[in-house]
Amino acid sequence: MERHLAVIEREEPRIGAFLRVTEDLARSQAAEADRRLASGEGVTPLTGIPLAIKDVICVAGVETTAGSRILSGFRPPYDATVIARLREAGAVFLGMTNCDEFAMGSSTENSGYHPTRNPHDPSRVPGGSSGGSAAAVASGEAVYALGTDTGGSIRQPAALCGVVGMKPTYGRVSRYGLIAFASSLDQIGPFATGVRDAALVLQAVSGPDPRDATSADRPVDVLSELEAGVEGLRLGVPREYFQVEGMEPGVKATVERALLVLERAGAELVEVSLPHTDYGLAAYYIIAPAECSSNLARFDSVRYGLRVEGENLLETYLRTRRQGFGPEVRRRIMLGTYALSAGYYDAYYLRAQKVRTLIARDFEQAFLHCDAIVSATSPVVAFPLGAKLADPLAMYLNDVLTLGGNLAGLPGVSVPCGTSEGLPVGLQVLAPQWRDATALRVARAYEVARD
Amino acid sequence: MSLTAEDVRHVAMLARLGLEPGEEEFYAAQLGAILAHIDRLRELDTEAIPPTAQAVPLPARMREDEPRPGLSQERALANAPAAREGYFVVGAIQEAEP
Repeated sequence: MERHLAVIEREEPRIGAFLRVTEDLARSQAAEADRRLASGEGVTPLTGIPLAIKDVICVAGVETTAGSRILSGFRPPYDATVIARLREAGAVFLGMTNCDEFAMGSSTENSGYHPTRNPHDPSRVPGGSSGGSAAAVASGEAVYALGTDTGGSIRQPAALCGVVGMKPTYGRVSRYGLIAFASSLDQIGPFATGVRDAALVLQAVSGPDPRDATSADRPVDVLSELEAGVEGLRLGVPREYFQVEGMEPGVKATVERALLVLERAGAELVEVSLPHTDYGLAAYYIIAPAECSSNLARFDSVRYGLRVEGENLLETYLRTRRQGFGPEVRRRIMLGTYALSAGYYDAYYLRAQKVRTLIARDFEQAFLHCDAIVSATSPVVAFPLGAKLADPLAMYLNDVLTLGGNLAGLPGVSVPCGTSEGLPVGLQVLAPQWRDATALRVARAYEVARD
Repeated sequence: MSLTAEDVRHVAMLARLGLEPGEEEFYAAQLGAILAHIDRLRELDTEAIPPTAQAVPLPARMREDEPRPGLSQERALANAPAAREGYFVVGAIQEAEP
């Protein structure tokens, strides 16, 4: 633990992965873990292991801001369920990691505080929105980290930082205590340097929670297939995912080499089709902003958060939300409000929900022919800071290969599969709902065959 | 679909987002470009397709209707921008009678 605090002290000026380092808490938790290890009681695979936590997951008494100025100084009165489970397991909390404000972005540049830099090249972004968590693991500051994934916000930064990241099936992990962005898409998941560690963390935080009615009462079996290999598995290669706009040739070639590694390990590669891929981004950028515009209505300066006084309550709302929210959050609130407003609901929101059905059906059809789907996680490698800030649509295109998994509720893993232009490339494995174990199995088999 | 400065003003007011002078045009251009991409949804015939609000079928679960302790008043008020005598303080929403 002290070694990790030392790495943080050394790396933070270069990377900026953390918004807050909780040294005192980490030291007292480490002392508690030592007591457990000495007595042999209450010892789990995570006892004494230091982790970093994305700043959207509430930790009781520790400032948690969702990367936003509007929550500056907010100290949650309770733990998120995943945090309570990690405390129970004897974990050590190193601190809260930087992210795009309210998890909206693909580069962590939308943080209300500071950008985070990619440990592989500090002139480039770490991806986002969980960029701080990915960078903390990639730089060795933390052994593992928690992030959240609404359209790719775990898998894409994992790919860009060269670590493993997993978005579980929607409902696998309780969202109680997660600061909500888009409630039908958000899932909490792990970052780690290897698939086995990510699976152990997922196992520890998964399972039903009476405080989240969308958490599923299903057996947690994410480790059951881990070392089973890919011999005899059919892996679907969606042709549309290799032809998306902006796909870099170096990324495509690296992922195609990874597919050959899986084939040599015994998998059968089958071509599948996801015919509505070109409509995913459009559906997502109605549904996610619509849900965000509703969720973020709670920031009214009354019960918590920033207040900028005006002459009356309306003026107070306008000024508080003017100063508290950054440009990307404002854009999405306006887009979502527009899509839900009178006269546009049917044309945008309802239509997007119908297209969501088509996209989910695409996956159902594809999974009739394969056990898992493999592709690139991100069509590009880490890009320079500032490169896409002026063009929101160009930024959104980073998520084109990941957001389908959120719209359809699927589990997905990104595992490092080589480099292009000297920068990490991620292989994405998507599996049918509740087949988290299969997604991890394929990623693990790739890791074993690669090494 | 293009968006006018007036549309942006209207939507911003619905969402209680204050705008600085000149921001209407800035956001109208940006949101218009995003909506131009989103308009491709119209290419699909969705007439007979049911909408999906949430992709994972989950049964509604009932819980025992038993009282449990909630947040104490002190903890509930701990993050309030302004509190007095156990209440959240907000500005007046109605003017006093003259």
